[in-house]
Amino acid sequence: MTFRIALRALARNKLRSFLTMLGIIIGVGAVIAMVAIGEGAKATIRAQIASLGTNVLIILPGTATQGGVRTGFGGVNTLTEGDAKAIREEIRPVAFVSPVLRRPEQIVAGNLNWNTLVQGVAPEFQYIREWQVAGGRFLHDGDIENDGKVAVLGETVVRNLFGNDDPVDAVIRIRNIPFRVVGVLAPKGQSSQGADQDDTVLIPYTSMQKRLMRITYVQTIIASAVSADRVQEAQEQVTLLLRQRHRIQPEREDDFFIRNLSDISEAASSSARVMAVLLGAVASISLLVGGIGIMNIMLVSVTERTREIGIRMAVGARSRDIMLQFLVEAVVMAATGGSVGILLGIGSSEILKFWAQWPTLVSPIIVAIAFLFSGAVGVFFGFYPAQKAANLDPIDALRYE
Amino acid sequence: MSEVIRVEELHKTYRMGDIEVPALRGISLTIDRGEFIAVMGSSGSGKSTFMNILGCLDRPTRGKYFLEGEEVGSLSRDQWAHIRNQRIGFVFQGFNLLSRTTALENVELPMMYNGFAGKQRHQRAVEVLSLVGLGQRLDHAPNQLSGGQQQRVAIARALVNGPSLVLADEPTGNLDSSTSAEIMTLFQRLNSDQGITIVVVTHEQDIADYAQRRVMFRDGVIVSDERKDTSSKPSVDWSGRSKGI
Repeated sequence: MTFRIALRALARNKLRSFLTMLGIIIGVGAVIAMVAIGEGAKATIRAQIASLGTNVLIILPGTATQGGVRTGFGGVNTLTEGDAKAIREEIRPVAFVSPVLRRPEQIVAGNLNWNTLVQGVAPEFQYIREWQVAGGRFLHDGDIENDGKVAVLGETVVRNLFGNDDPVDAVIRIRNIPFRVVGVLAPKGQSSQGADQDDTVLIPYTSMQKRLMRITYVQTIIASAVSADRVQEAQEQVTLLLRQRHRIQPEREDDFFIRNLSDISEAASSSARVMAVLLGAVASISLLVGGIGIMNIMLVSVTERTREIGIRMAVGARSRDIMLQFLVEAVVMAATGGSVGILLGIGSSEILKFWAQWPTLVSPIIVAIAFLFSGAVGVFFGFYPAQKAANLDPIDALRYE
Repeated sequence: MSEVIRVEELHKTYRMGDIEVPALRGISLTIDRGEFIAVMGSSGSGKSTFMNILGCLDRPTRGKYFLEGEEVGSLSRDQWAHIRNQRIGFVFQGFNLLSRTTALENVELPMMYNGFAGKQRHQRAVEVLSLVGLGQRLDHAPNQLSGGQQQRVAIARALVNGPSLVLADEPTGNLDSSTSAEIMTLFQRLNSDQGITIVVVTHEQDIADYAQRRVMFRDGVIVSDERKDTSSKPSVDWSGRSKGI
């Protein structure tokens, strides 16, 4: 009965009821949308990092104090293919190893050309990076031994040089040296830094060293651990091995630098998590403001409806009836506002996903929490006005102008 | 039980800061079932305070109030609310209808507080509305009704739970003279046909003439209590002596 009384009262002044709800609608909508953006970002980062290959170690020359970033283009040249082979043979927690050399080059095919990143790698590169071929084959040991002039192309390169044609067995020229295409890589998408991973050409690292770069050292070595929990162990053992091979005195620093991808992934995830929490907190504040809005408008409403409350009391409403009526009004407004806000939030996340290409993920738990929370906001912020209404003296209320 | 109201030595004193204001200074009165009473007096005479106590809206400082034999002056506020719902009907000078609400819903209002189901409410509301002469316009809101029509709706609302007592505070104060006459005639009809006990507060003698008994308040006490000895037509002398009109 009180429910019907409350609903009728709300319907009597639809505009005011709507304006009261507006704060909650916006607040809840913002929470849902913000959290969806945060969750989407987290999931994307996780997926991008997973696409780099799990349990991966990157070994770079140079010291930690130099940052060890991209010192492959001139810098200290202390890593060799011997190091790579030693790691492969002697370190048990390591599953696969590949030297990696990289340089941007122009690729010519027929009368088309395309600038891309050429990487000299070993066959095990495909296992470390978890990268399959979509056509043809990957590099094999024979290619390495013979400094083979063979190449595996990434999808972006294929699209730009061969369109829809199958490039296997075609010839491309790198620095005017002909390479035969033996395979096409499956697409990988964007890296977590935003680079197009499919814009690359893989050739044997020996060919890279001897034919393109004329060097004997190796720019980086990548390795994958047998399992995630042995990454740390692998990293420690590789460090010891290389220090030994490079004859580094105990008191001196390493002349190499090892980066552990799961550290990076953890750091990225946790920053995404922090961002999501921050966004959620900001949106929750707007929900709080919405609740305060409900309280304020209800207080005004109680004052304006003083006469009405007096009339109700005169015809037999008890304090309890009045209290319950206004409390139900507040909760109905908050819950309705919450529901509309949820729809608005889900709608905005979907729009963002389609138009702006932002990855968003609506979490059903958050939806449930948002709904309950808006109900609680209704009870909490509606309580004081409801109590004020219930404590009115009927005689004074009836006299109110 | 022929007594509807009995008050014994009713006192009411208001406290405004340090000052005590005595509004009622010893009221004793009996009202029988079926009486139609006019309560008169200037402002400050205590008549409004008296009506508030009769209507279970205010508590006497001293003295007793018996409603249908039950002492109600010392009941709780919730119990008073129940009495106001079931046994007393109010009619106000300003009509006091809920705005943006139909006549039907206004009349149904008291029934919403004693749990009547929707269909029952509707039926009963239509019943009392035709009793007061408002068969149509049931779906009109107050702003679509004339003053007289609004007051009829208010009277219907006062009657809807079948009260033994109707208290009307200046019911014609906002109405023109012909509509006032209509409303007072309606009260008379309800009193004579339905046997409802009616107490009307007024400061106009013309309105008081519709009643059978006139009680005058001054400075918190009753100064006169007179009955009409002949018919209920107006312009009859109150002193009990026929003037041969």
